[in-house]
Amino acid sequence: MDPTLVAVRERPRPPLRVLEYFLVLLRRTFRGTIFTGFLSPLLYLVALGYGLGSLVDRGQGLDGVPYVQFIAPGILVATAMQIGVFDASYPVLGAIRWDRQYHAMLATPVGVRDVVTGHIAGITLRSLLSAVVFLVVAYALRAVPSWTGVLSLVAVLLVTVAYATPMFAIAARAQTDVSFTLVFRLGVIPMFLFSGTFFPVSQLPTAIQPIAYVIPLWHGSSLARDATLGTLSWGMDLLHVGYLLLWCVLGGWLATRTLRRRMVV
Amino acid sequence: MSNPASTTHTPGVLPTGTEVLIEAVGLRKTFGDFVAVDGIDVQVHRGEAFGFLGPNGAGKSSTMRMIGCVSPVSGGSLRILGMDPALDGARIRARLGVVPQQDSLDGELTVRDNLYVYGRYFGIPRAECRRMATELLEFANLTDRADSLVDPLSGGMKRRLTIARALINSPEILLLDEPTTGLDPQARHVLWDRLFRLKRSGVTLVLTTHYMDEAEQLCDRLVVMDKGRIAAEGSPRSLIEQWSTREVLELRFDEDDLSPHARRVEGIGERVEVLPDRLLLYVDDGEAAGRAVHERGVRPLSSLVRRSTLEDVFLRLTGRSLVD
Ligand SMILES: Nc1ncnc2c1ncn2[C@@H]1O[C@H](COP(=O)(O)OP(=O)(O)O)[C@@H](O)[C@H]1O
Ligand SMILES: [Mg+2]
Repeated sequence: MDPTLVAVRERPRPPLRVLEYFLVLLRRTFRGTIFTGFLSPLLYLVALGYGLGSLVDRGQGLDGVPYVQFIAPGILVATAMQIGVFDASYPVLGAIRWDRQYHAMLATPVGVRDVVTGHIAGITLRSLLSAVVFLVVAYALRAVPSWTGVLSLVAVLLVTVAYATPMFAIAARAQTDVSFTLVFRLGVIPMFLFSGTFFPVSQLPTAIQPIAYVIPLWHGSSLARDATLGTLSWGMDLLHVGYLLLWCVLGGWLATRTLRRRMVV
Repeated sequence: MSNPASTTHTPGVLPTGTEVLIEAVGLRKTFGDFVAVDGIDVQVHRGEAFGFLGPNGAGKSSTMRMIGCVSPVSGGSLRILGMDPALDGARIRARLGVVPQQDSLDGELTVRDNLYVYGRYFGIPRAECRRMATELLEFANLTDRADSLVDPLSGGMKRRLTIARALINSPEILLLDEPTTGLDPQARHVLWDRLFRLKRSGVTLVLTTHYMDEAEQLCDRLVVMDKGRIAAEGSPRSLIEQWSTREVLELRFDEDDLSPHARRVEGIGERVEVLPDRLLLYVDDGEAAGRAVHERGVRPLSSLVRRSTLEDVFLRLTGRSLVD
């Protein structure tokens, strides 16, 4: 090839190029995503934290913690889960079947792994962006009492990836979007309700408590809560991080493998 | 290579080099037990316009996807730009432009952003992507639609945008899979004009089509493909010379069974083909053949003399029509 052409090329970093596409897209579709991104979680925080919270706090609060401070980190990571699952469902199937953006990407030097990495990074960035806005407002509302609350963004990042990657794999296998509704109803909503978002898992019957411990969201909300309340402890929280990382790695591997099988035929 | 969009005024045709850019030997593609491409041998030289002509299901797209390094080779060997797709896929793709059979544009982005984003996949710097996008919009005659979303564009516009997009990395080989299928005649002619310009500027074109007029218009050389195999190879003219006669006399009848007529005109030309509504007589002199038909007492509804086309070549080689 003409050497001058090679010279003008930047060093190829394909995952970043894919991420750049999602950033361009995010800029275009920003207004539509504001609601799910941070308005909806803020509504939850206000309605439940103050509305329901005024009832809860007539007792002891939860272990002496005002209810709004208890649910703020829960809503934070539950939103991360929702964004992770949703953004890796329809958009992934669409990029395979409808608009076929993945086909366009793979006709260039971009490879399957770059597509997965870039797309997951795009989803994670959007999730983090929403989380930052939410945290700032929650801090202003005194729903986040400790400055270590900023570390809850680590939980947001891990939860987003831990949920987006397996969902990516499901979407990359799907022929139609009918299975997605099932995933949302039977997967996302129960986890949203029973993983320590609105009440401590210890309130559940002892028999089903262990189920919560397998759910990544529970580890995410525990981690985020320790951060926002300023009660981080090395042992427990590193365990949460490790468990979430495990899902990220497994999910990433599964997503890449599934997409390769689908696209490289 | 120079930028195709800016050198469209180069006069004359560049001589076709002998450098082989694509070489397939016994190339195969299978899906499970199904054989889509059944051992084809192809050579494409720098600067030529090479075509795969064949009906739906012939294996054209499967072949193009292997050449585009997005589909692994099932058997035989394939080398592109001197490299092996299995080992150097990304490096080869960096030097190809691809117009897939199905559009893969992003409907939620603007026309300009589609070009920009695609350029970035090649690692082309932002400023150059922007400059190229502007230039290619001009080339594709889409400048006034630059900031509109892609979704509402017409089929022809989308196709032109896809071609423009494929040029953003100044590719050495442009792969076009059925570039004008589904377009109205006017949109097809606009597209052909753009492809002519590219050809003149020296881009190697590889295209598939099931339109014989497209193949005749655009290809220097082509292979006729059917059921995963190559039935014949050559320039449009040499294929017609080799596999057909100079002229064709078409006789139309308003009857169900044309075989009695076929028997009565036998011997007038080299060959008679029986189609559902007409007979094709392959002859050197259509006028004379027409008189001979009349002398034998055959009275068609109408008759027509035309030159042989690639459609006739295909019919001769496979016994079927290209477009059904
Ligand atoms: N991914 C696939 N899985 C199974 N069969 C396929 C696949 N892609 C193409 N085929 C089959 O291979 C044959 C050739 O297809 P294709 O290469 O698309 O032909 P063309 O482009 O000439 O119409 C067709 O019968 C088609 O159904
Ligand atoms: Mg095809």
